Amino acid sequence: MDLTLYIYKTIFLFIILLVTLVVAMYSTYGERKVAAFMQDRRGPNRAGPFGLLQPIADGVKMFMKEEIIPLSANKKLFILGPSIAMTTAMLTGVVIPWGGIITIAGREFSMQIADLNIGILYVFAMVSIGVYGIMIGGWASNNKYALLGSIRAASQMISYELAMGLSIVGLILTTGSLSLNEIVAQQHGMHWNVFYQPLGFLIFLVCAFAETNRAPFDLPECETELIGGYHTEYSSMKLGFYLFAEYINMFISSAVIATLYFGGYNMPFIDQIGLSPNMVTLLGTFFFFMKIFFFIFLFMWIRWTLPRFRYDQLMNLGWKKLMPLAIFNIMATGAYYYFTELT
Amino acid sequence: MQALTNRSKVVSDKKMTFMERIYIPAILKGMSITIRHFFRKKISINYPEQTREFSKVYRGQHVLKRDDEGRERCTACGLCAVACPAEAITMIAGERKPGEENLYREEKYAEVYTINMLRCIFCGDCEDACPKEAIFLTDRIVVSQYERSSFIYGKDILVEPLDQSLRIDISARQTEKVLNFKQDKRFAHNK
Repeated sequence: MDLTLYIYKTIFLFIILLVTLVVAMYSTYGERKVAAFMQDRRGPNRAGPFGLLQPIADGVKMFMKEEIIPLSANKKLFILGPSIAMTTAMLTGVVIPWGGIITIAGREFSMQIADLNIGILYVFAMVSIGVYGIMIGGWASNNKYALLGSIRAASQMISYELAMGLSIVGLILTTGSLSLNEIVAQQHGMHWNVFYQPLGFLIFLVCAFAETNRAPFDLPECETELIGGYHTEYSSMKLGFYLFAEYINMFISSAVIATLYFGGYNMPFIDQIGLSPNMVTLLGTFFFFMKIFFFIFLFMWIRWTLPRFRYDQLMNLGWKKLMPLAIFNIMATGAYYYFTELT
Repeated sequence: MQALTNRSKVVSDKKMTFMERIYIPAILKGMSITIRHFFRKKISINYPEQTREFSKVYRGQHVLKRDDEGRERCTACGLCAVACPAEAITMIAGERKPGEENLYREEKYAEVYTINMLRCIFCGDCEDACPKEAIFLTDRIVVSQYERSSFIYGKDILVEPLDQSLRIDISARQTEKVLNFKQDKRFAHNK
């Protein structure tokens, strides 16, 4: 790697970090607005025009709050919990291809930080570690409610992660690659994977809701039963980190869904317009973000529509419905390719 | 047992059908409901900028009226204090001295007249009881204060200003119909 590439990657890394944080920040604002609109209210509209400065006010508030570490808590793990949640949430963004190839001064730069050839596995690994943040935090609090929350997080993870992994296998059979960049490139020209893997997409979507701990699968942090679940004992910015990590996860999950099933930065009829390659790349990135925002909206839309699943209902759904369906999906995809390749 | 209304539903624990068990139609139905609410016009009033329109006969802060020549109408008869169910009104009567004819309409007047706004329930009975058309409830809001003592309104707040242009309009409450009712001899209050 030469120096220019290093500089480019570093700058791009910071841009992605910043974009992730800003999007997550404004997701909190968006969430409140969407919730309000769906409940016939107006939502935050006091801080700045349309309440646009609300996330900044909230952030300042979070920092200013007194930080309490309970006496009976395991101090090291108590601090480690939110750190893991936040770090892993931020790490996933590096393998996502945010755009095509951009040409600056005759040199080609990829709008992806690291093109791992096992990109999907990396995403899954990071997401799975993210659950440890919740589990460790809940256990270290030394609080019944927090412990119940982390137990729920753990059992929820084992029920959806399996179906999620299996739903991806069907996708890998169609694409023949684990690299996210490769998968996006294959979907060029409306060959979006969602048309080839509708069942797999549905399973993946449901699991993504469970993975981000969002309604209707927000069992680990249900306010009514568990007083906030795993973050009952947390205060100040540690609590902020947990909440923030959830929004970052939502953003990354939306990006992964858009990448895997909705063509990533590909947009329809882009070849016919006849723009310069750089313009196409930028437009593609813009379109990619539109897709991401749509999925973030979908996350919120679902949250403010559905009531929470019961513990046993989630188990039932994960083990008895999603997993057999995912296995069926793999078999059907495999059979299709086996017989079509044969002839 | 006989049902009292026809709104009660019989609860059953029947098995869900296949369509119900896969949840998706029900989820889509729910989502269509929420998205319709999303685009619905919001009925909230942005309070400090906009205020809700008051009823014409809103019962807010009291006013002690002056007559057309600027003389206080109140004669400190005490009927309002008697009528007050919350015992919010107190007064001390005074005798008009020569030279004060331009201030007080009759020879007796209220030297001190206080209403405790924390006790007041804004029922309007004082207004009904008043034989001199002196006290009225208006559409002004009693503002919040930090001290309990500041809620005891004296004549300085209650009596309307002398200036004709600053007089408090009570025409919405004191209509012809109300006046006739008050003076109707058939009712107990005038016997």
